[in-house]
Amino acid sequence: MHDLAPLTALGTKAPQQEKIGLVTLAEAPDWALASVTARLGQEAACAAALAQTLGAGAPGVARYHGGPVLGAFWIAPHSWMVQAPYSAKPDLAAHLRGQLGPCASVTEQSSAWARCDVTGPAPLVAEMFARLCNLDMPQLPSGHARRTVIDHLGCYLLRGDGGAVSVYGPRSGAQSLWHALELAARSIV
Amino acid sequence: MRLQHGGQIDRGQKISFRFDGQYYKGHPGDTLASALLANDVRLMGRSFKYHRPRGVLAAGSEEPNALVELRTGGRQEPNTRATMVELFDGLQAMPQNAWPSLRFDALAINDRLSNFLTAGFYYKTFMWPAVFWEKLYEPIIRRAAGLGSITTRPDPDSYDKGYLHCDLLVIGAGPAGLMAALTAGRAGARVILADEDFRMGGRLNADRQTIADMAGADWAAQAVAELAQMPHVRLMPRCTVFGAFDHGIYGAVERVSDHLATPPEGKPRQTLWRIYSKRALVCAGAIERPIAFANNDRPGIMLAGALRAYANRWAVSPAQDVAIFTNNDTGHRSAADLMALGVHVAAVIDTRPDAPPLAGTEVLAGAQVTDSAGRLGLRAVTVRLGNGQSRKLSVGALGVSGGWNPNLGLTCHQRGRPLWDEGIAAFIPGATLAPGMAVAGAAMGQFSTHAALATGAEGARAALADLGHNTPAPDLPRAEDAPTRITPFWHVAGTKRAWLDFQNDVTIKDVKLAHQEGFEAVEHLKRYTTLGMATDQGKTANLGGLAVMAELTGQSIAQTGTTMFRPPYTPVALGALAGRSSGRDFRPTRLTPSHHWAREQSAVFVEAGLWLRAQYFPRAGESHWRESVDREVLATRASVGVCDVTTLGKVDVQGRDAAEFLNRIYCNGMAKLAVGRVRYGLMLREDGIVFDDGTAARLAEDHFVVTTTTANAVPVFRHMEFARQCLWPDLDVQLISTTEAWAQFALAGPKSRAVLERLVDGGFDLSNAGFPFMACAEVSICNGCRARLFRISFSGELAYELAVPARYGDALIRKIMEVGADYDITPYGTEALGVMRIEKGHAAGGELNGTTTARNLGLGRMVSTAKDSIGAVLSRREGLAAPDGLELVGLRPVNPQSQIPAGAHLLAQGAALVAANDLGHVTASCYSPNLGSYIALGFVKNGAARMGETLRAASPLTGVDLEVQITSPHFYDPEGERLRA
Repeated sequence: MHDLAPLTALGTKAPQQEKIGLVTLAEAPDWALASVTARLGQEAACAAALAQTLGAGAPGVARYHGGPVLGAFWIAPHSWMVQAPYSAKPDLAAHLRGQLGPCASVTEQSSAWARCDVTGPAPLVAEMFARLCNLDMPQLPSGHARRTVIDHLGCYLLRGDGGAVSVYGPRSGAQSLWHALELAARSIV
Repeated sequence: MRLQHGGQIDRGQKISFRFDGQYYKGHPGDTLASALLANDVRLMGRSFKYHRPRGVLAAGSEEPNALVELRTGGRQEPNTRATMVELFDGLQAMPQNAWPSLRFDALAINDRLSNFLTAGFYYKTFMWPAVFWEKLYEPIIRRAAGLGSITTRPDPDSYDKGYLHCDLLVIGAGPAGLMAALTAGRAGARVILADEDFRMGGRLNADRQTIADMAGADWAAQAVAELAQMPHVRLMPRCTVFGAFDHGIYGAVERVSDHLATPPEGKPRQTLWRIYSKRALVCAGAIERPIAFANNDRPGIMLAGALRAYANRWAVSPAQDVAIFTNNDTGHRSAADLMALGVHVAAVIDTRPDAPPLAGTEVLAGAQVTDSAGRLGLRAVTVRLGNGQSRKLSVGALGVSGGWNPNLGLTCHQRGRPLWDEGIAAFIPGATLAPGMAVAGAAMGQFSTHAALATGAEGARAALADLGHNTPAPDLPRAEDAPTRITPFWHVAGTKRAWLDFQNDVTIKDVKLAHQEGFEAVEHLKRYTTLGMATDQGKTANLGGLAVMAELTGQSIAQTGTTMFRPPYTPVALGALAGRSSGRDFRPTRLTPSHHWAREQSAVFVEAGLWLRAQYFPRAGESHWRESVDREVLATRASVGVCDVTTLGKVDVQGRDAAEFLNRIYCNGMAKLAVGRVRYGLMLREDGIVFDDGTAARLAEDHFVVTTTTANAVPVFRHMEFARQCLWPDLDVQLISTTEAWAQFALAGPKSRAVLERLVDGGFDLSNAGFPFMACAEVSICNGCRARLFRISFSGELAYELAVPARYGDALIRKIMEVGADYDITPYGTEALGVMRIEKGHAAGGELNGTTTARNLGLGRMVSTAKDSIGAVLSRREGLAAPDGLELVGLRPVNPQSQIPAGAHLLAQGAALVAANDLGHVTASCYSPNLGSYIALGFVKNGAARMGETLRAASPLTGVDLEVQITSPHFYDPEGERLRA
């Protein structure tokens, strides 16, 4: 292990958590991310290789697959973001390069995104996100993944089961994003 | 006065409020208007122009008269309609446009001068001299003709914004809206039912008619209760749908906390909703219109339907003795309801010779109200009977009904054109509605309760059928189905001053003047007289004005047409439009990885776009920013400095054709860049102007990392993505931004290598030969942390940029400071960065300003002629290659201690300070502690040939005028020996 200790995107050593009414916001820094994009003409091979790596089909448009270790969500045509617990895959990009070979371009994204997990009763969480982004939350099925804008910040939103939603926002704007989530959670208490 | 019985108010509770300095009591369920009437307050304000006493006219959002300044301090809100203010304990309101008091208003003198203050008065009078416009005329006019005053204090409340989605948006919760919502809700559709009132039910709350053998208000409450149980139905009282926009999107403002003294902690005052509807049904009802007669604006003269609403819903009457003036049957309904509640109706004055009789009062058929009396409130009306005789009625209130106008606003927001319906003498929505929109109930001219219920249900069924759902027809509850009986009557002939637009004080005489002066078209009429241009948008006024104009021109009202309705339907607070984006939350803030550490060092931060960057790091004893900056510059050049450069854009470029792609993006060659090397690159726009500069580092044959300026990180990425997808989709290139992923620090100064050696793990050759200027590598630092190292220099010193995953950025800056301590490593901010780049003559934002070419920057030879690239051809345009074109130069003041203002213009010595003599301008300026002189960069015509010339630098803005000498822009280490050391 090297000498540099990580700091969470919110600027603390331990992730922050806050319960506002029945909604809980939890900073989730321990995720490794890497983007995977098929090389030109290698789209099918890349999807197949990714499927093999994930142990499931490469997610389709606006879909998210959460595996035991590796998960992935669709971000653009022939392009995915792969995620894994940081402790399991600290150098996820290198791991994926090895797995996928020359059919894909893989880019390290681990520290680019700040993740916040929101949990609570599904109707409340839907009310909260109605104040944050232009997504029809009650209609989004579990496993849905979308790029959206929250508080002027481009974010990825992953819909889990029930009232679980994970938001990936740009790391540098993490404090603003967290503040926006807090405000929205408070306004529905 | 408060009636003995009835009303949807809680008589068991009393709440206290204050109006015009006086304390009053009301009940929960009251509006400010109803509570004032209950306390016998008829005088509520003064009119806009003539300062005439005014009382409440309506009972809803169409109110033109009863405008108040609500609340105090930072929450003071002008032009608030007393009819829409839900009474709360402690409410404070003040009347508007009255000085020194509401009862005695000095500016009521305007009323005596009305012969002069006609339409177009301002345009005709305040023409000269021009110098008086701003200083004299405008303040006087604003003082005399204001509409309330705004607070200068900050708004203490917060506002919210949000997005809602539904199958069917039902706008208005009267009988049509409720029936539509019930029909769609019972069928399982996702329904939003929005109503501007705090109590849903619309006219059902204001009338005494029954539905399904129960009071209309009770049926409404029952319907609302049923809808509230449906999880897919969202009930939104206190929510005004104010605009119909593209693609089925509707704007709405929900008054979340306006019925409370202050919003609860964490709650917004109002929420602006953007509602995405698959279908929308406008059930916005109809608005009653007045009849114009002489002095028809006294407090106590109201719309008959409003009089009825106050009596039925709030158990209030403005007076014990009232009369009704009508041209249709609903006036009779108002009289009957009032009588049922114990109010004495002196007579129903019906303009129709064949007016039906009404039990309990006298109906004066074929009669007209010709005048009114009462200084601050109505005392009597004069009636001209059908036989020509005159009669005076002593009444404290007069209910006027000139018929009902379907509420067209939302139906016209997408250029819907209304149609004239002779049967009801009103405009109804035309066929050109917004896609997905339909209309039901009174809003489409169906005025009976049965028709409202039926069209509401049918509208919902049709909307759902459109969406592919077959919905059974509901059993409609039994309700009245009286026909509309009206004989159009717009104004009493021969009157001098009869008001059409109460809020903007527009009279029949003004319309006649507009006609006389040629402003006959409705849009001209509107603007010339200001008819319908007040905050109520002429909801009660427009048709009266059009009818008068139609008479004057001899055309029908249908031929005359109507003005265009535009959003918002009712005024929207600017705070609601801003939502959460105000104050510090106006936009998000981006923090650098070293931000928390820098804050510990007492850094002063500067905004760079959304980023907060350390500007300089003041130390104890430094009292001026220049002291800190000079120290940082000198320390960096003497030993080593460190600066967070994470904000520079980073784009990961991969693919078989990555090098070819960059070769086309940059004007200089990139194809042959060796792996492990970095190259400075210049990007041009299509028009040949410089777009951005940065570096491209080749990490592998098929892998580059491109850097951009901080400001252009997003535009450059967008530009590259456009080129990849649209210009050259045949290239195998993949792009993704990695700006956020890596924390990047510049280590600059002669000791930077020594510091770096303590960070980079063993086995990596950092020597000049092993890792020369413009080298790059993926390395390991601090015992195994993966990192990227670039030997590039913006400062002109031996320098490196070291990048680690952003989560380790904070730890890395602390580590750098720790291992560099014995070299006196100095953190430096953007100011020192700027000084060093000016000393070195590197272009930055001031020079890459969107107007300059590579040639201007002295980089003309970088535009390769051996290949094609974006902008290369147009950069060779004749005009851009003129021999006297601007060229980047250095500037030194003849007196080294004279500051050269950035933006100063450069002229020949002795030349007059006129644009024709302009030779160029200063783009960046600083004090160079290394040279002991102020220095600057600038563009000068044919600058390279003017080395050594002395010019005049003049800044009319700052008043500075000094002599400067043209030098090379490379003030410091022009040969570049230090950065290659």
